[in-house]
Amino acid sequence: MTEALGGALLAIAPAIVLTLTAFVLMVLDLLPPRGRRGHLAFVGLAGVVAALVTTLLLWGSDVSAFRGMVVLDNFALFFNLVIGYATGLVLLVSMDYLRRRGQESGEFYILVLFAAVGMVIMASANDLIVIFLGLETMSLSLYVLAGFFRSRIEAGEASMKYFLLGAFASGFFVYGIALIFGSTGTTNLDKLGAAVAAGASRDPLLLIGFGLLIVGFGFKISSVPFHMWTADVYEGAPTSVTALIATGSKAAAFAAFLRVLLASLRPVQADWALLLWGMAVLSMTVGNVVALAQQNLKRMLAFSSIAHGGYMLVGIVAGGALGNGSVLFYLLVYTFTTAGAFGVILLLERGGEEAVRIEDTAGLAVRHPLLGLTLTIFLLSLIGIPPTAGFVGKFYLFGAAVRSGYIWLAVIAVLNSAIAAYYYLRVIVSMYMRDPEGTPTTVVPSFAGALALVVALWGVVQLGLMPAPLFDLAQSAVLPLLR
Amino acid sequence: MTSYVLSLVTFVPTLGAALIFLLPRRSDALVKITALVTTLVTFALSVPLYARFDPTAADYQFVEQAPWMPTLGVSYHLGVDGISLLLVLLTTFLMPLTLLASWDSIERRWKEFSITMLLLETGMLGVFLALDLFLFYVFWEAMLIPMYLIIGIWGGPNRVYAAIKFILYTLTGSLLMLVAILALYFLHGTATGIYTFDLPVIARFVLPAGRVQDLLFLAFALAFAVKVPMWPFHTWLPDAHVEAPTSGSVILAGVLLKMGTYGFLRFCLPLFPQASLAFAPWMFTLAVIGILYGAWVSTVQADIKKLVAYSSVSHLGFVVLGLFTLNPQGLVGGIIQMVNHGLSTGALFLIVGMLYERRHTRLIADFGGLWTVMPAMSVLFLIVCLSSLGLPGLNGFVGEFLILVGTFQVNRLAAVLATAGIIFAAVYLLWMYQRVVFGPVTREENRRLADLSAREWVILGPVLALIIWIGVYPVPFTSKTEASVQALITQVQTKAAAPAALAPRTP
Repeated sequence: MTEALGGALLAIAPAIVLTLTAFVLMVLDLLPPRGRRGHLAFVGLAGVVAALVTTLLLWGSDVSAFRGMVVLDNFALFFNLVIGYATGLVLLVSMDYLRRRGQESGEFYILVLFAAVGMVIMASANDLIVIFLGLETMSLSLYVLAGFFRSRIEAGEASMKYFLLGAFASGFFVYGIALIFGSTGTTNLDKLGAAVAAGASRDPLLLIGFGLLIVGFGFKISSVPFHMWTADVYEGAPTSVTALIATGSKAAAFAAFLRVLLASLRPVQADWALLLWGMAVLSMTVGNVVALAQQNLKRMLAFSSIAHGGYMLVGIVAGGALGNGSVLFYLLVYTFTTAGAFGVILLLERGGEEAVRIEDTAGLAVRHPLLGLTLTIFLLSLIGIPPTAGFVGKFYLFGAAVRSGYIWLAVIAVLNSAIAAYYYLRVIVSMYMRDPEGTPTTVVPSFAGALALVVALWGVVQLGLMPAPLFDLAQSAVLPLLR
Repeated sequence: MTSYVLSLVTFVPTLGAALIFLLPRRSDALVKITALVTTLVTFALSVPLYARFDPTAADYQFVEQAPWMPTLGVSYHLGVDGISLLLVLLTTFLMPLTLLASWDSIERRWKEFSITMLLLETGMLGVFLALDLFLFYVFWEAMLIPMYLIIGIWGGPNRVYAAIKFILYTLTGSLLMLVAILALYFLHGTATGIYTFDLPVIARFVLPAGRVQDLLFLAFALAFAVKVPMWPFHTWLPDAHVEAPTSGSVILAGVLLKMGTYGFLRFCLPLFPQASLAFAPWMFTLAVIGILYGAWVSTVQADIKKLVAYSSVSHLGFVVLGLFTLNPQGLVGGIIQMVNHGLSTGALFLIVGMLYERRHTRLIADFGGLWTVMPAMSVLFLIVCLSSLGLPGLNGFVGEFLILVGTFQVNRLAAVLATAGIIFAAVYLLWMYQRVVFGPVTREENRRLADLSAREWVILGPVLALIIWIGVYPVPFTSKTEASVQALITQVQTKAAAPAALAPRTP
């Protein structure tokens, strides 16, 4: 019995570490000194690092616990890494940012940690109900975080929109689970897989159920046509929260989505691959084309994140260890790159206010050459210019598509990358080739913020020059699901 | 025995860039000297390549290979043969000259400027030296950004538009090439079981003639055609040239455009021989259109720099013509002409830049009668113009003559039309020269123009020397390429004739 309990606790060890840290933070938040709460971020960071260490220690384990509802395999562990990096970077860039905005309080860090708990649960969930639990834990925290700057009207709008549409998506999701349960009598992904393989996929109830699940996931990965909330939420949320929504929540949603697709639906891959093909093309094209017209950096990155979600769908469509491994690798790359880009953007100010329009970056490369260079490298990685990580990520994704014979999908993706280059370059143009209007200021990052940027930059360069070890890791991480 | 000379040549500029990055911001003189020394060291390292290069061997020499992403079959593989040798030397030769030419004309942000230029040099050398398709692509793309920044930061008034146009055109072309590289990789892998990006290995693979080969050829060819640029993909070029600073224009014309023709030579011809033969008439057509169109548009330009820019479209048409003849004369001519164009057009841009520094205008109408004011400059200008239009005894003639001989054997009409292009070249260049240099001095400002300075002599002198050397005695240059060209032709012919023994299964 104790051994079973030990195994069960092991399976959720990273989540436990994060939860305990959040509880510690709640207690610390009550203690004096009142006022500055930045030290809580460091405690939270320590918890994240502990969770990352736990993840690394557990690497290679293959534990199934709670009657198969939770599994801890390399797939889950890889996503724990991604989520850990995302959370850690967000905590680091938040400290100084919140203080400058006069919104520094303990709840913020606590909520970030709870969101991370939800993400980690999603990554190791092997049961639709548990996925839903993780999804809601993450989403509820993020709804609140999105509206954290209460005094701003956009914050209220963002939070409200995120909450309402998110609740809708959850409704779809739960309804889907209900139909699937009604059709097969189980919510366990492995048992579902067996049922599908046995021919249950001809049951219309099950098909509708999975369709509704895909709607729910489509919302969370902001894939077209379920992307409507993205730009407003990204714009209204505090920039560091935007970074978390763009990276961690997306990674967690992809984790659960991939597990559902691979563990339960692989027998009917031909059917959903077609559906995802369409979603990929729509996401890439709509995301990139609409991003062209944006003047606000956060909105631009919102639409670009829709497009990047589309690129990742290309990897899922391609399938196999190569395709799905590329998705995992790309998520890691995207986390470093996007968290880094937002980390620079939240340093832009004008007259004490946040300045997130493209014009506000004008002359950044002259005012702060190092910050300008840093943002340039992140943007080049988002475009996919070698030798940055973004290039290698795209290379793997498109390579997988070509290998599986989806040449046209690869060509569409490649043309989309060329469109995308235009709007990212606009920012580089603004930084290097335009003179600033008025008196924009750029805050010099604090030690924590600088550390976050250095880590993100290191990730982008390291994964660009030496991608092989981590890519092999990503590829091996999807193998448990392809058995 | 592995020598590391190629890595050294490629990455010494990067090291220099890193060194400059560490220098204090306010020390322009130190930055300039460090950059210049770096490029001179790079040149000095590359000269022994030429000396030690064995002209009788067609193989890649000074080869270096190390695994990079072994699971994927990507390796760090460098090597040089008779085709790339001259282009490497051209690059390392032009770089110090362009830095010298920028000495006074680049007024701000020298630190960033020199870092960008040095990274650009690494990218260009990498493109010519890479023998792994992945590595090649990395250099090919990585080099875009420095060039983009050079146009966009240090260029003329319309620089941002030109820079973005430049990068979007080339990026679109090269991204399609990426898909083709991936397709080739998997085709080769499924057919042979060896998954590799190694060019010499893939080049042995006989791809069956047909739709797949045609599509792959077209994807590669589009990327290269944009870069060359061939008509009708040339529209980014005049904008980029006119807006770029002198150094940017020289590097664009001297080296970057050569990457397109080099790509045809290194990838399209040996990898897709049947498609190359099948599309040769189309390439001839586009090349001839480019030759004539470029020449005609040059004739009516009011801006000297724009005239030189359009003349590049015309001159590169000759190179493409030569490459697709697939006979020794045409190919050797094409390779020599790549070098010649780099020297002649590079020198023209340098001279235009010198005139612009003095007068802050590039309009032909603003000059006139320079012969009496600046005789030395006028003489050098004349020699360069004559070399550009292909006067016997100067370098341009050697290349164009060989190309026309080669073309005449395969396509008489193209040869005849291209010859007309030479006549038009004489028209626009000499007419421009006449209006700028001859006649009375029409503008008061022009009376006080200084003749060539010592620095300008140092810049133009070596180029002039090479222009005359190649014109009078081209053997030292052609001899290094012949074995490789012959090997290339044999390879294309045997592959085109061979039944596709290694026919890939459809995936």
